[in-house]
Amino acid sequence: MKFLFKILKDFPLYLWSGWGAIGSIFLFIALWDAGHQYYGSLVLPSPLETFTTLLGMLQDKEMQEAIQTTLTRAGIGFGIAVILGTSLGLLAGFFMTASMMSRPIVTILVGMPPIVWIVLAMIWFGMGDETVVFTVVVASFPIVFVGSLQGTRTLDGDLSEMARSFALPWHMKFFDVYFPHIFSYVFPAWVAALGMAWKIVIMAELLATSDGLGASLAVARSQLDTAGALALVVIMIASLLFIEYVILEPIKREVELWRS
Amino acid sequence: MEKLEVAGLTHHFGFTKILENINFTLQKGEVLSIVGPSGGGKTTLLHLCADLLDVTEGRVHNTFASSSFAFQEARLLPWKNVLDNIMLGLLACGEKRASALERAKKIALRFGLEESDFEKFPKDLSGGMRQRVSFARALVTKPSLLFLDEPFSALDIGLKRELQNILIEMIDKKEISILFITHDLMEAIRLSDTILLLKADPGHIVKAFTYKMPQKQRDDTFVYQESAKILQDSEIIATFELELK
Ligand SMILES: Nc1ncnc2c1ncn2[C@@H]1O[C@H](COP(=O)(O)OP(=O)(O)OP(=O)(O)O)[C@@H](O)[C@H]1O
Ligand SMILES: [Mg+2]
Repeated sequence: MKFLFKILKDFPLYLWSGWGAIGSIFLFIALWDAGHQYYGSLVLPSPLETFTTLLGMLQDKEMQEAIQTTLTRAGIGFGIAVILGTSLGLLAGFFMTASMMSRPIVTILVGMPPIVWIVLAMIWFGMGDETVVFTVVVASFPIVFVGSLQGTRTLDGDLSEMARSFALPWHMKFFDVYFPHIFSYVFPAWVAALGMAWKIVIMAELLATSDGLGASLAVARSQLDTAGALALVVIMIASLLFIEYVILEPIKREVELWRS
Repeated sequence: MEKLEVAGLTHHFGFTKILENINFTLQKGEVLSIVGPSGGGKTTLLHLCADLLDVTEGRVHNTFASSSFAFQEARLLPWKNVLDNIMLGLLACGEKRASALERAKKIALRFGLEESDFEKFPKDLSGGMRQRVSFARALVTKPSLLFLDEPFSALDIGLKRELQNILIEMIDKKEISILFITHDLMEAIRLSDTILLLKADPGHIVKAFTYKMPQKQRDDTFVYQESAKILQDSEIIATFELELK
């Protein structure tokens, strides 16, 4: 509770530090407009046109549903990846054999291009929610797994010895000695996995479904609706920026205050 | 009667013999110091006595009701502030948070930490402050046996003396027994009933020095005289490979 309060208290200061970021976004938009004046609307619609299309889209019922669908798929996939990845990573970290056995599997999972998973999933599950969710899970799972595994494997033996010398009961050992260390590895992994989930969900939708943001993007492409496509891209990027910088980053800062 | 008995203790790390045939007994209310060269196995011996390492040869028999350990490095939890670190042992014994906090504050002030330090994380403390927090964490639980592994090595002489006086006060009241490791012979003479000299390769005890005078009555003259005497001792010279001028 105290913790939550502190995050809220430091929040305005954090936002203030975002001026630089906003400056760079405006610079980017200026360059974009220059590109538009050079190449013309068909290749690169102006920012103004894009944002007007975007506003129209956001009021559109169908588009709201599409965003909802995509969010749900990404959320479910990410949730499964987090639960599976964190718990299996912990298990693997605590047992030497398991951690050695899991290494090649992780390498394969990380190295496999997501597009391959999409193709396989389309064969296994057909066109639909399962394919998208499956791909999201497979793509973000290894990131979480590795974070959790490393957090567990790098636990400080000296501190556990100290915990033993004070005869800490198991719940204190877990929450005061192990958890903060593991969490400092797992949380950034969650953030990375969330970014991955968001990218993959769009790609999978584009190829394997008829609804959601990805599918809308496919439609925009087939109709050569460049402004619409760009507006969709803006939605995707804006939601990612929002989640990452407004929700996750302040939490991360507080959680890692103790780090030098 | 509480006591710590060590008999025929030998220890190996891999194929290297670190300790050989260590024997001593620490009675309740006594202070037993171990001095010896760096790398001689003192920390290892202390860990064996505190049951932090498994005894493979020989015997360690500890009947003290409670004990705590101040490590050579501070070993503070980096994600907890000064007070929370000090409270750790108290909370582990099931003490309520509010009273644990009170006791932690009291001992922190007594150990020369300031109120502005209470909320700091270990990364923002100086080496000596960390050591004091670690020492406070060990002492705040009022253990009947205290294992100290060079707890004063990073402190200036004033602070060192102050903390030694706190220990001497407790020794005088027979509140505590201490197994003490130090590099500082004067410190050992000021605090101990018995000093064991541990010679390296493998670590074995070559000599014991006993001091009968109660710690509280030992003044600087006594400590200087005894230090001068002990520095002339041939075993000490051999163990520390002192060059005599
Ligand atoms: N876990 C370990 N594994 C292998 N060797 C070890 C281990 N711990 C200590 N040693 C070795 O045991 C020897 C004694 O180490 P120890 O830490 O007990 O010395 P010490 O007397 O406390 O030295 P110092 O005064 O410098 O602290 C050293 O040679 C060290 O390399
Ligand atoms: Mg040592």
